[in-house]
Amino acid sequence: MGIAETYSRGRRFAVDRPGAILLVLVAVLLFGDLLVGLATGRTAFSEVGSLLWDGLMRGLVIGLAGIGLSMTYSILNFANFAHGDYITAGAFSGWATTYLFAGLGRADIGSLLLVGAGGSVFGGALGIGITGTPFAVIAGLVVAGVFAIALSLAVDRVIFRPIRDQDGITLLITSIGVAFALRYMMQFVFGSDVRGTTAQPPSLSLYFVDGAIRINMHDLTLVVVAGGLMLGVHLLLQRTKLGKAMRAMADNEDLARVTGIPTERVVRSVWIIGGGLTGVAGYMFVLWKGTLGFNDGWLLLLLIFAAVILGGIGSIYGAIAGGLVIGLTASLSVLWIPSAFARAAAFVVMILILLVKPSGLFSGRATA
Amino acid sequence: MSVREDLADRMPGGDAGLIVAVLLVTYAAYVLVGVGLGYSLRGQLNTIAVLTFYIGVFAMLALALNLHWGYTGLFNIGIVGFMAVGVYVMALFTKPIYTPGGAAQVGGLGLPLIVGIVAGMAAAALLGLVVALPALRLRADYLAIVTIAMSEIVRFSFLSSDLQQFQMFGNRVGFGGGSGLILDFTDPLQALFQSVGLWGAYLGFVDAFKAIVPTNPKPVVDGLVYGLFLLLFVAAYYWLLKRTGESPFGRVLKAIREDEDVANSLGKDTNQFKIKSFMLGCALMGLAGIFWLMTQGAVTPNFFRPRVTFFVWIALIIGGAGSNTGSVLGGAVFAAVLYQGPRYFKNLVDTVLPAADAPSSFGPAIAPLISNLNPAPMFFYTVDSIRQLQLVVMGLVLIWLMHNRPEGMLGHRKETAAGIPLTAAHARAAATDGGTAKNAANDAADDAATAGGDSDE
Amino acid sequence: MSETDSNPETETEAFGSAPIDTSSGPDTTAEFPLQVDGLRKSFGGITAVDGATFQVESGTLTGLIGPNGAGKSTTFNLITGMLKPDTGTVTFNDEDITGMEPHEIANKGLVRTFQIARELEDMTVLENMMLAPKHQRGEKLWRSVLPGVRGEVIEQEEELLERVWEVLEFFEIDHIAEEYAGNLSGGQRKLLEMARALLTDPDMLLLDEPFAGVNPSLEKRLLTHIHELREQGYTFLLVEHDMDLIMENCEHVIVLHQGRVLTEGTPADIKSNEEVIEAYLGGNV
Repeated sequence: MGIAETYSRGRRFAVDRPGAILLVLVAVLLFGDLLVGLATGRTAFSEVGSLLWDGLMRGLVIGLAGIGLSMTYSILNFANFAHGDYITAGAFSGWATTYLFAGLGRADIGSLLLVGAGGSVFGGALGIGITGTPFAVIAGLVVAGVFAIALSLAVDRVIFRPIRDQDGITLLITSIGVAFALRYMMQFVFGSDVRGTTAQPPSLSLYFVDGAIRINMHDLTLVVVAGGLMLGVHLLLQRTKLGKAMRAMADNEDLARVTGIPTERVVRSVWIIGGGLTGVAGYMFVLWKGTLGFNDGWLLLLLIFAAVILGGIGSIYGAIAGGLVIGLTASLSVLWIPSAFARAAAFVVMILILLVKPSGLFSGRATA
Repeated sequence: MSVREDLADRMPGGDAGLIVAVLLVTYAAYVLVGVGLGYSLRGQLNTIAVLTFYIGVFAMLALALNLHWGYTGLFNIGIVGFMAVGVYVMALFTKPIYTPGGAAQVGGLGLPLIVGIVAGMAAAALLGLVVALPALRLRADYLAIVTIAMSEIVRFSFLSSDLQQFQMFGNRVGFGGGSGLILDFTDPLQALFQSVGLWGAYLGFVDAFKAIVPTNPKPVVDGLVYGLFLLLFVAAYYWLLKRTGESPFGRVLKAIREDEDVANSLGKDTNQFKIKSFMLGCALMGLAGIFWLMTQGAVTPNFFRPRVTFFVWIALIIGGAGSNTGSVLGGAVFAAVLYQGPRYFKNLVDTVLPAADAPSSFGPAIAPLISNLNPAPMFFYTVDSIRQLQLVVMGLVLIWLMHNRPEGMLGHRKETAAGIPLTAAHARAAATDGGTAKNAANDAADDAATAGGDSDE
Repeated sequence: MSETDSNPETETEAFGSAPIDTSSGPDTTAEFPLQVDGLRKSFGGITAVDGATFQVESGTLTGLIGPNGAGKSTTFNLITGMLKPDTGTVTFNDEDITGMEPHEIANKGLVRTFQIARELEDMTVLENMMLAPKHQRGEKLWRSVLPGVRGEVIEQEEELLERVWEVLEFFEIDHIAEEYAGNLSGGQRKLLEMARALLTDPDMLLLDEPFAGVNPSLEKRLLTHIHELREQGYTFLLVEHDMDLIMENCEHVIVLHQGRVLTEGTPADIKSNEEVIEAYLGGNV
């Protein structure tokens, strides 16, 4: 490629995509501001480090939950607004299990199964944590995954499958109905209070230039679980026939059907993988932040959508990367804007990406 | 052709008749239940006023959404954001100027109510423009996500302490943050009647009402009159949107919904049409938001959660997207059955069994059911939680509708997008007496006047 | 669009000329209304159109042919603004229209139909037709809504309907006027699409495979209409698969191959051209 061509391409890019150029400029400006802040001592290195760590944790949860949403979005062709409530459902099922194992004999079974609804029992008092009650946490983690799988399969069988041939908007509207029914049913059963679920986990302080970054055991658990599952999905999709079939279906469902890929089986696998990851993400989210409420998943959902669109619908790496970008944006934005707008900042990033590159950062690499 | 549609055909007065009939049946049901339980007249009138209020706001919102989704195919799930902007900007303009020591933390600009309402609508339309400019190019599901994200950004903004109070033209104004904003402007009804010089007459009317409601009749009358006022605005929305739909403008919107590329290749600047349609709908949503909240005394950001948006969607889907008559019916049915119905039911239970004590959570409610088959606590907990359960019911209704009747109550309605009846007979007549197009136009206007309702096929 | 407000003449002119009225057909002034020069477009690594250059003479029926994947549809999309070319220019009536929006190009008088007829299914034939005319007063929201001025809109609607009816009669589809477009047969859709395009008062029509899926008798009718309209002065550019049809009906034929013009000339020239035969055989048709 000659210099002239490179130049003319660059010029065309600049003319065609003023938005992209502007975006890069703003990003450079913000980064420059951060560097100046660090150099002059206006911003502490340890503060930025803490925010980075916090954003990373958030990003892992969003990314993990986003994989399932991204897969169903591309293969079933609709934005599933009930996904957030699968997260919550997974979390409640898992935490009911954890409470049961951790508190058996110390509180009545009903209160434990309702995750201490109405303040009947407290997670902190039961000493719940990865170090305090490791078995209860692992059991809860597994149940959360299994329950979310069962839930998403059941909802698919009864609600989505009969209208599979309808357009994406019909399915989207239906999923809103599912979301409503699930969310408020959970509120009916588990109550509307946000409860603390864990005891203070042991933590260590890492000294970083001018202060400490605190990292606790639940952070590390999240890193291990999320990292391991992401790697597992990667291997599954790269190494198995199932992965190939999913990629084929994401590209063109009709073609996949003609070429003999059993689409319903692929659909079921997608719900199993996606649902499982979603349930686990819900459980880990609660373990990490230490509170649980019936609105948790719904509040997370829009950030997950942002991540999935950012990464490119259908790409699991995109969902993970998008999750990290969104998580870090939400956390780091407080360096420049009031914290009330942190979530707004994440949405703005999503909207900007939709404007500049609607197909997402990892587009054209469907499902793998 | 559904049974319902045949019903509309046979109904005297066409669509308008159908709407009136549905309203009458609804009111009759509410009143009869009230009479059966021996409600006081005051209680009955209050029930009617509240019911009318919700029918009014949901019908207006469904009509506005129908312009977006039913006509233009724009998937807007950020309705509540436009409502919020409408109300907050209206409050900013009309709240009295801040005086230290008053009840309100912040003041406004002290302008007349009508100025505030227009400003609120304009602000909602402007927000619509900001969303529309970039987002209308996007796929329907992306527009959905952008609009809902926008409505959440709006809510977070009004929640934030940074906009709680600020200076504007030297006045201390603001949006009150999470603790809300007191709407301490003149009572809207009073302002309305004063502006036409009828405030004295109205007070006299209220006084005369003492014959029916002996003590303090004003709140009752206010509620009823405000409900009536809202129904008038429903009629105005209906009129406006019917005219919009039955015109060349509406024809282009319909074509955009069907296939934007075709409209574009026929020389229509589809983006312009989409933006106009979107902004008009947003302004109407802003106005509906203003009407919903301006008599409530205060407004908090968390009122504007996305669930309100979904209420409007359910109302529209019940009635049938694409039809203005359906939108009004959907709004009315949603308000009467799904929104107010369960709450009314709870009141009834409270009246019949006043002493019953509901358990505070699910655990104590279900324990007696399991241990000694006593369903009473579960029943009372269920009734007590009706506000949550009604949302479960709404979700299930939405799922049911999408499975069984996605085209809504009125069936698949096709309202002709033209200012004149588009029939072969009419066209042939127009073609044969070619030169007298003006006469034909007058005839058409007469036809439309006598037909009254929508000219559906 | 301020055009309507500032220039009432355009408005009345647009409605005055019925397409079947020979006295006021299209007003093309240029000898070659459409000129395409060095058009190039690639998608990813694949170059679909690679420097196509040709021009279409006024008042002719010109055929654009080529084997599958020769870039015919892409060329159409580049001319009508549905796609933006990487390089090259499109000139219409001596005006550079490269990179304009589809609706702008349509308003210049260059109107297309689609390969798979894209009728507006949930609209009746009459609604479909009423949509097409340009510069309708009622396309302004305020004119359609405000009580004082809506009368003028209604008046114009009556005029439009009259003209629409004449065109429907011309195409002999007036018997299905109240039918929903989604219920029409494939051939009827093609007729509707052409009738609709004609109502925009074009100078030139780009027809993308107008005979695909049309039964022989309807095909003949369509051809008769096209020839009648050509005699009134309309210019046609036609993409078609059926070689015989092109050879019998077009005055001039352009052959596209691998994104560029292989050759052009009269049907007789093309028939005897070795290159063309080879391209078609190699192109597996």
